[in-house]
Amino acid sequence: MSAVKVLSRLSGGWRFLIIMVFAEIGLFFCSRSTFFVGLKILSGLLFKILPVLLLVFLLMSVINYYVTPATVTRHLGGRGVKKWFIAVIGGILSVGPVYLWYPILADLRKRGLSNGWVACFLYNRAIKVPLLPLATYYFGWHYVVTLTLVMVLASIVQAYVITHLEKFKI
Amino acid sequence: MLLISMLTALVPTSVYASLFNRNGLFDSLLGALAGSVSVGNPLVSYILGGELMNQGVGLVAVTAFLVSWTTVGVAQFPAESVILGKRFALWRNLSAFVLALVVAVVTTTITAWLV
Repeated sequence: MSAVKVLSRLSGGWRFLIIMVFAEIGLFFCSRSTFFVGLKILSGLLFKILPVLLLVFLLMSVINYYVTPATVTRHLGGRGVKKWFIAVIGGILSVGPVYLWYPILADLRKRGLSNGWVACFLYNRAIKVPLLPLATYYFGWHYVVTLTLVMVLASIVQAYVITHLEKFKI
Repeated sequence: MLLISMLTALVPTSVYASLFNRNGLFDSLLGALAGSVSVGNPLVSYILGGELMNQGVGLVAVTAFLVSWTTVGVAQFPAESVILGKRFALWRNLSAFVLALVVAVVTTTITAWLV
C-alpha cells in the first residue's frame, strides 16, 4: 500500500500530526538551533499545560455526567439573555490553551448548543482577567474598561453573524 | 502544540516592531494580520503591544494587534477546523479578523473621548 493511500485513510488530526513531524525533521536539518529552541518551547508548554489537561479531562467527565441534551436545551437553548451571559462569563473564566477547549465545545454542540454560542464563548476567551493589571499599566484603565466592554459586544455581534451565516447555509 | 512551538521559535518578537510604519489604516491592517498569525500567551501580546506603542505605533494598530492575537487563530485553524468544522472555523476566524479592526476603531475613539 502506498504512503498516499495510507495517509488518505487517516483522519485529519493524524495527517496534521504526520505533517508536523516531517516539518520538525525538516527544521532539524535546516536550522538545528531553531529546532532546539522550538523543542524547549514545546517541553515548557507541555509541562505548563499538563495540570490544565487534567482539569480539561475532569471537566469533560463532569459535563458528560451532568449535561444532557435536555439540560442544554433548558439552560442555553432558549431565547433569553441567560445563555449569552453564560457564554460571555464562561469564555472569560475559561482557562488553558484554546485547542484544549475545542473537544469540549464540539461535545457541547452535539448536545444542542449553536455555532453562534460556541463563537461567542471563544471570542470571550480573549478577555483575560489576570492580565487586566498589565493592560492597565500599559494602556490605562479607561482603555482597558472600554476594550473589555467593546469586546463583549463584539462577541455577541460575531455570534449573530455566525448564526445567520449558518441559517443561510453560507 | 508542535506548530505553536515551531512558529514561536521561527518568528522572533523583534520582527513585529519593524513591520509598522505609522500609517493609521495600513498599520491597523498590519496589526491585525500580525496578531492573527502570532501564537503564544496573551501576556506576551500586551507587553509587545505596550512596547510597540512606546515606539510610536498608533493605539488603533496596537489594539487591532492585541485583539486579533487572541481572537483569530491561524496556527490553531487546522485543529479548530478538524474538531469544530472547516466552515465554522473559516467564518469564525474571518469575522474575528474584521471585528478586530472594528473593535480597534471603536475602542480608541471612545477612549480618546473619555480621556
